[in-house]
Amino acid sequence: MIDSNVIKKDFPVLSRKFHGKEIIYLDSAATSQKPRSVIEAMSNYYENYNSNVHRGIYQLSEESTDIYEKTRENVASFVSCSARETVYVRNTTEALNLLAYSLGHRLRRGDRILLTEMEHHSNIIPWQFLKSKGVELDYVKMDADFNLDMEDYSEKLKKNPKIVSVTQCSNVLGTINPVKEMGSLAHERGSVFIVDGAQSVPHMPVSFRDLDCDFIAFSGHKMLGPMGIGCLVGKLEELKTMHPFLGGGDMIREVSYEGATWNDVPYKFEAGTPNVAGSVGLSAAVDYLRNIGMDSVMDHERLLIRETLKLAPEIEGLVSFGPSDPEKRGGVFSFNIGSMPAFRIERELEAGNMVVSGSVHPHDVAASLDQQSIAIRSGHHCAMPLMGRMDVAATSRASYYVYNSIEDVKNLFIALSDVKRLFAR
Amino acid sequence: MSEQDINAEIILDHYRNPHNYGKIANATGSVTEYNPVCGDTVHIDILEKDGKIEEIMFMGRGCSISQGSASMLTDFVKGKSPEEIMKVGDEEYLHMLGLELGPAREKCALLPLNAMHKALQERIRK
Repeated sequence: MIDSNVIKKDFPVLSRKFHGKEIIYLDSAATSQKPRSVIEAMSNYYENYNSNVHRGIYQLSEESTDIYEKTRENVASFVSCSARETVYVRNTTEALNLLAYSLGHRLRRGDRILLTEMEHHSNIIPWQFLKSKGVELDYVKMDADFNLDMEDYSEKLKKNPKIVSVTQCSNVLGTINPVKEMGSLAHERGSVFIVDGAQSVPHMPVSFRDLDCDFIAFSGHKMLGPMGIGCLVGKLEELKTMHPFLGGGDMIREVSYEGATWNDVPYKFEAGTPNVAGSVGLSAAVDYLRNIGMDSVMDHERLLIRETLKLAPEIEGLVSFGPSDPEKRGGVFSFNIGSMPAFRIERELEAGNMVVSGSVHPHDVAASLDQQSIAIRSGHHCAMPLMGRMDVAATSRASYYVYNSIEDVKNLFIALSDVKRLFAR
Repeated sequence: MSEQDINAEIILDHYRNPHNYGKIANATGSVTEYNPVCGDTVHIDILEKDGKIEEIMFMGRGCSISQGSASMLTDFVKGKSPEEIMKVGDEEYLHMLGLELGPAREKCALLPLNAMHKALQERIRK
C-alpha cells in the first residue's frame, strides 16, 4: 500500500500554498509533479558532467555519453525492451509525429489507418497530415459505457488498415483499452500496431515484450520526469527499415554534398544534441516509480477512482464520462455539473431554450476549485473530436497520481458541492 | 466588500439573470462568436434604427464570465451608435467590467465584445 502523505513530502512544489491552503494537485494527466530526486539528479548532471555526447575525445564527454546511454538502458528495462529499441524524443506527440512521417513514407493512395474515437489530438493530427497522400482514416467507435466497441474494431480491421494506432488509456475517460488483444487482431491482418502509452506507462505496469505491439510511445513529464524527454520504443526490425525523421548531426554515418547514409538505430532518429539532462531526470523518475512498484501505483489510483465514483452521485446533477467499472479505468475522472452540450442556435430555438440551464460551466468549476487551492483541468483536453462525439462543449477533469490521497478526493467533492451552490441558476 | 468583489457579484448576477436574452425576429445584424478552447458561445442579434442600436438580444452558453459579460454588453450598447461601439477597445471594456482576470479568462470576458464588433463590421460590409 502506498502512503501518499509520505510520498507527497518528496515533491517540493506540493508544499506551495494558494489562498492560504496547501495545493491539492489533480492535473497529473496534463503533467505530473517531480520528486526531489529527479530535480537533484538533473542539477547534479549539469554541475558535474555537462558536455556534448557521442563527440568529444575527452573524459568529461565520455562520462556524459556513458550517463546518457545508461539512462537509456534503465528506461528501456522499465518497459521491458532493449536499449537499441528505445529512441529518445521530446514527448509522445513527437514520437507519434515521427511514426506518421516515417511510416507514412511507405503508404500509398487508398491505404487506410485505423484510430479510435477516444484519441488525443496527437494521435489524430499526424495521421491526418497523410490525407494529402490519399491515405484514409477510420475511427473505432466506443460504446455507451465509454469502452471501445470491439465488434466495430473487428469490422474495421476487415478493411486491412496498414497502421492501427490506439491509446492504451484515454486521457479524458480513463478507459483502459485491451491493447494486447487489439494488437494480436491487428497483426493477423498484417497491420503495424502502435500504442499511445502517454497515460498508461506512468500509471500501470507496461511491458513492450508482453504487449507484442510494434511501437509504444510515452512522455517523461507525465511519469514524474522532466518536460522535454520521452520515448519511442519500437521493434528493431521496424526501426531499422524506417525512413529517418529529423535530419542533422548524430543521425548520420556519412555525408557528402550529394547524399548521406544513416547511423545505427536508435541514433538514426536522434538528430541534434539530445536532452541528456532530461534523460537523467527520466531515469531518476523511473527509479522512483520502480521503488514504489507499478502494481502499487495502479492499485493506489484505483482506490482513488473507486472513492471518486462512490462520492460522485452525491453531487446533484453530476454527469461523469468514463467506464462505470473502476477496474477498467485509470486515475482520470471527467465530469460536468449539468448538461453542457455545444451551443447551436438552431437547436436551442427548436428546443425552445429561451431560458438558461442549471448547469455549471467547466471554467467556473475549475476557477471555483482554484479558490480552494484545488487544481483541476477544464476544457477539451486536446480531444475535440471526442467532445463532439459526447456532445459536450468541454468537461472538467481531475486526474490522480501517487502523491494524491483519499483526503484529496474527499476535499474535491466537498469543494464541488460548494460550486453547485455558487453557480447554479 | 472590495470593489473587485462587488464587480464579481455584478457579473455573477448578470449570469444568473441575464438581460436581453433571446432572438430578434427582424434583426438587421447577427453573429455567433465561439471560443473553441472552452466552447463558450455567444450569439448576438442587433436591430439598428436611425444610426443607433435600438434593440439587442443575445443567446449563448458558457462560463459565468462570458455569459455575464454578454448580458452587461447588451445593456451597455443599447442606444449607442455603431461608431461609438467600434471605438471600445479590449482594455477599456475589461476596465469597465472591473474584474481581475487571468489571460484565459480575459478571452471569456472579451468574447461578447468581439461578437458585437463582428456583427457591426458585417453589417457595414452589407
